[in-house]
Amino acid sequence: MSLVAVLFIVFGLISLTSAILMVTRVNLVVSALFLIVNFASLAGLYLTLNAQFIAVAQVIVYAGAIMVFFLFVIMLINPEHEKRFLEYKPQIKIFAIVIAVLIFLQIAYIIFLSKPSGKLNKEVSQSISAGTIEEIGRQMFINYVLPFEAVGYLLLAAAIGALVLAKKKFK
Amino acid sequence: MQIPIEYYLILSAALFITGVIGVLIRRNAIMVFMCIELMLNSANLTLVTFSSYLGNSIGQLFVFFVMAVAAAEASVGLAIIIALFRNKLTVNIDEINIFKW
Repeated sequence: MSLVAVLFIVFGLISLTSAILMVTRVNLVVSALFLIVNFASLAGLYLTLNAQFIAVAQVIVYAGAIMVFFLFVIMLINPEHEKRFLEYKPQIKIFAIVIAVLIFLQIAYIIFLSKPSGKLNKEVSQSISAGTIEEIGRQMFINYVLPFEAVGYLLLAAAIGALVLAKKKFK
Repeated sequence: MQIPIEYYLILSAALFITGVIGVLIRRNAIMVFMCIELMLNSANLTLVTFSSYLGNSIGQLFVFFVMAVAAAEASVGLAIIIALFRNKLTVNIDEINIFKW
């Protein structure tokens, strides 16, 4: 097996198990930490896909900034203990899980039925050049300048909105 | 040897379904938010996969925009949760029913 395959298996297993552990833990801080593990392993998966810039941005933006924000809020409001899985309305929860797994099986069936790997031949050199920050920056500042500016304004609006919402009691 | 694209797509679908299950079975607003982040990330994985396999960098550019929107969404959503906690002293989404009649 090549190194990429080994890395894919390792990071894929880590991301799946940490996602499942995150959903099932009762303590919110523990599940937030598992979410950080999940984001870090996703950054590793991006590296196996030759997407260096996105992998670094994933670690900085998601595992760094957003999750620190989540942990801040969790520790700020200190929510009450949630009930365990089967203590509260277990039939509805089991029904939801069964429906979700059925939808997953449908998606998997469609993916394997359509066989996208038969039509896509990965050119490794093209794939490597597509993931560099040079190529992404060229696309961003030549063809996608307007969305870039719009995202800047969106972030500004979100920052102001968050300040106004969290400032004081609204009546 | 290269990994077939199906494996990445299946992994992404599994992460997405895990997020859906979390949204459906957890009753804590912050937990629901973290599961939404998980679902956003699985969509990002699909975008990066197709971008890499097609040799086209626009998918990764789109992932960059998705990250910015996710940051904005997280900040506003957590501010809403803080405001709700100030008023109701709970973040359990079964007890937050001020629009119900």
